[in-house]
Amino acid sequence: MTATSEVPLSDMPIAGALDRPFLSVSDLSVAFPTEDGLVQAVEGVSLSIEKGKTLAIVGESGSGKSVTAQAIMGLVNRKSAKVSGEIWLDGQELLHLPQGEVQELMGMEIAMIFQDPMSSLHPFYRIGDQIVEAIRVHRPMGKAAARREVLEMLHHVGIPAAERRIDAYPHQLSGGMRQRVMIAMALINSPQLLIADEPTTALDVTVQAQILELIARLQGEFGTTVILITHDLGIVADVADDVAVMYGGRIVELASTTTLYDYPEMPYTLGLLSSVPRMDQKLPERLDPIRGNPPSPIRLPKGCVFQPRCDYWERVPGEACKTVRPELLESDPDHLVRCLLQVEERKQIARDVKQILAGGSE
Amino acid sequence: MLLLLFLLSVSVFLLFAILPGDPARLTCGKACTPAIIEANRHRLGLDKPPLTQYVEFVSGIFAGRTFSEDSPEPIKCDAPCLGYSFNRQEQVMSLIARSAPVTFFLAVGAFVIWMFFGLALGIIAALNRGRWGDRLIMGISLVGYSMPAFFLGLLLVFFVIIKWQFLPFPAYVAPWENPFQFFQTMLLPWILLATLYAAYYIRLTRNQVLEVLGDDYVRTARAKGLPERTVVVKHALRAGLTPIVTSAGLDLAGLLGGAIISENIFSLPGLGALAISSIIDSDLPLITGITILTAAIIIFANLVVDLLYAVVDPRVRVT
Amino acid sequence: MTTQTTDVLDVTDLRTYFPVKSRGLISRTVGAVKAVDGVSLSLDAGETLGLVGESGSGKTTAARSILMLVRPTGGSVKIDGEEITDLSARKLMPIRRKAQMIFQDPYNALNPRHTVGAIISAPFKVQKVTPPGGVKQGVLELMERVGLNPEHYNRYPNEFSGGQRQRIGIARAIALRPKLIVCDEPVSALDVSIQAQILNLLRDLQKEFGIAYLFVAHDLAVVRQISHRVAVMYLGKIMETAPREVIYSRPLHPYTHSLLSAVPIPDPKRQAHRKTRIVLHGDLPSPIDPPSGCVFRTRCFQAQEKCAVEVPPLVELAPGHQVACHFPIQVEDLPARVEVQAVAADAPVEATPDVEIVTQESAERKAEEGATGKGRGAQEEALDEGGAAEEAAVGLNKPKG
Repeated sequence: MTATSEVPLSDMPIAGALDRPFLSVSDLSVAFPTEDGLVQAVEGVSLSIEKGKTLAIVGESGSGKSVTAQAIMGLVNRKSAKVSGEIWLDGQELLHLPQGEVQELMGMEIAMIFQDPMSSLHPFYRIGDQIVEAIRVHRPMGKAAARREVLEMLHHVGIPAAERRIDAYPHQLSGGMRQRVMIAMALINSPQLLIADEPTTALDVTVQAQILELIARLQGEFGTTVILITHDLGIVADVADDVAVMYGGRIVELASTTTLYDYPEMPYTLGLLSSVPRMDQKLPERLDPIRGNPPSPIRLPKGCVFQPRCDYWERVPGEACKTVRPELLESDPDHLVRCLLQVEERKQIARDVKQILAGGSE
Repeated sequence: MLLLLFLLSVSVFLLFAILPGDPARLTCGKACTPAIIEANRHRLGLDKPPLTQYVEFVSGIFAGRTFSEDSPEPIKCDAPCLGYSFNRQEQVMSLIARSAPVTFFLAVGAFVIWMFFGLALGIIAALNRGRWGDRLIMGISLVGYSMPAFFLGLLLVFFVIIKWQFLPFPAYVAPWENPFQFFQTMLLPWILLATLYAAYYIRLTRNQVLEVLGDDYVRTARAKGLPERTVVVKHALRAGLTPIVTSAGLDLAGLLGGAIISENIFSLPGLGALAISSIIDSDLPLITGITILTAAIIIFANLVVDLLYAVVDPRVRVT
Repeated sequence: MTTQTTDVLDVTDLRTYFPVKSRGLISRTVGAVKAVDGVSLSLDAGETLGLVGESGSGKTTAARSILMLVRPTGGSVKIDGEEITDLSARKLMPIRRKAQMIFQDPYNALNPRHTVGAIISAPFKVQKVTPPGGVKQGVLELMERVGLNPEHYNRYPNEFSGGQRQRIGIARAIALRPKLIVCDEPVSALDVSIQAQILNLLRDLQKEFGIAYLFVAHDLAVVRQISHRVAVMYLGKIMETAPREVIYSRPLHPYTHSLLSAVPIPDPKRQAHRKTRIVLHGDLPSPIDPPSGCVFRTRCFQAQEKCAVEVPPLVELAPGHQVACHFPIQVEDLPARVEVQAVAADAPVEATPDVEIVTQESAERKAEEGATGKGRGAQEEALDEGGAAEEAAVGLNKPKG
């Protein structure tokens, strides 16, 4: 089996939809040359989303999920990084656009919100001015008119006393408020695609619930397509339509949310689901963690990236998992898995694991 | 700040009181007789108790003063009176007032040049980090940073004025009298000072920008689709500005007190030159006056810089 | 709180206030941040008490105050029966052998210039204790016990991953076989798969050495995994304390209900069909000027007048189950969906939050819609329009008997 190959658009894995996908990523790879070697942050990532849907990209640190998001957004510095592949947004290819056109799209057609709203807002400028800037770089208009729009948007995202808060500095607002400001700033130009990179990780759980509700509400209103990057499997279950699980810079499983949680197949996904402490199930004596540590992006294992931590690699004859890189193949319609285990075998493993997990329920 | 100024005046006063040597003795040159010394002592008011001397000095600053009232020719010193120079037969204040503008133009002109180049080259170096542009700029700034002032100054004089004769020997005139000559005179001293200081600001700006470029809000600015130059100047530079502002304010203040070496090399009649000649002449009142003035400028500059700090960084403000 | 045997840890009415000074030439104390305002708890040997709360709850300050890393302003802390609040730093030294701490950020908790060996052997050297076999042998054994390769004895922290660094911190903490370890968010900064490893390790060490843990965290699922009992903190006070299963299945305090309902379940079907969804909008009140009476009343969906007037005492309503609330409410009696808009900071004292309650029927309809797609019920649209609607629920705000 060869390594990654170009996947024609018609053969693209489409999660969950029959129409032409709104966003489709084809064989995206991003590598950063560093003093220690080439860091292959993302390799051969292909995915697509339908308009108006939510795709969650799940992974741990080093999985490449953030870099994928940044590549779609256009934030990866093409001069210092090696980027290849194609990204098609509503019929337009993004990776080969000149930088000036990419800048036109950023903040207008595609918007991004980040993890830590305190550090993601400029500490020296008022929040109102920062959002006004986001408007005026794409839609030239007078400051007063822009300010009116900002005020309306602040109301819309649920910031009380917006007339006062519009002139506040970020350090004068709470974490939840700041994230609302970031959301307002991202959505002010009604982008078609919103990328949210761990938007609630730095927030309390009650605030997290608010923010997720807000994003879902606005998504409904504006018809925005959302990519949500997270490591929290609970959030994924709450808001995502489809899920891509990433590990070692690659997608290892891609399916709709219900399919992923009901019928996970890739051993890494199984491992994740087993190691997450649950509140709704009978308590296991010990959690079942994945042994070992996530791989270093500089020295990725040959063959299957997950193999060193996998409990089942020995079931594949000829130690193939150590030498052969699995492809992302369809296990069921709209369910793609990157694993060398036989389909029936891994389904059985999954069933066994799930039974152990299930125990009782509260 | 008032407290500081008060302490300043006391300590300057005490300093000169403790210094070995008899100030009255210093007022006269070779042809000195004890009688003259005593007369001068009386005229300077040095025979009065120290506290009275101090009080008279301070009140003189506000209300003016008359030296040796009891002699046939009392000397009037108008407010603000920083003292009277017997050597030069002139009020200290007016001596300073003649020299200060020269230093002012020198300092401010150099300031503008070095800030412009310092910021600009620092940004360029930061953006080209690791590449040849960065190395070139840092190399040049290293030379400027390590170069002794007098050496560079003399080099400039030697090559530009003497050898290549691009410029005439400096002769200061006020800018409104003869602008062309003013610029000809000031050009080299500006270049000298600017080169020395810009080196520091290039490095400082570069470091600040590099530190800030990795911050999250810069990423947000890019994500908004802002052009790169806006990202760098409006977002990154602004965020890293604080130490630059602090340094710049204090450096400028220091220069305003007299750029001694530059004024000397280029024969500019500024405060620095005045200070040196007052030391050579042991002109105590003049030395005292200049010291107090210079120190007051620095105290004031500190206050201004603190206020500016709050302007630049809203997190520091009281409300 | 049983006091027949000496508890490993016994905290009574702990208070830690941080003075707020006015700016200007002469600074005066104009107020205080009441980070911990009357916390009482106790721990037996070998048990884990989970201390949960959100940011601003004071849980981290409480943990640090208990170990005297921050001097408390008042109250009593007894470790193994010995009062430690009035001890000088020198007198605290022997106590430190019994009580240790594990920190949150594995990247900052270890001195990057010390080797792993030096870090783990530091407790031996500071306390002048020599384990059998010598200090180095002791360190190697500890490294093995926590799952580190003893050959890495001479490596520096930056050569290890986050999870491994946390193991180093754990090895350091258990070196002197303490009776109590305060764990301040030890797994929050770690990846999910590593979290599970560390939690298991902590559990195993507890079984082996009988260590009591005060486990401070904000992640409720993690706390459930490792705790025997759980205390919920809000704005410096304890709202509810109960055995683990009781807190998670039969809590009584409205804040606990709100917290639990906000945690998403990693199972899409279960998540969509959840019985209760309480969404709290608005900000936490300022800890410098906390609300009068019950501190939670500005965000409570059933706040009444009494809540503003009287501070609810922490009362034992069932064995081992203490609640600080005038109107505790059971899970079965919760409305299906509540939106609470917190009282603004400048509102009058008697103001109660705006509460929007969904009745049972429309909750079922919504659950159906939730399972098939992302359709929004009419109720939600009404909410979106008006912001905080002033609908008084039928019967739900009346106090229980």
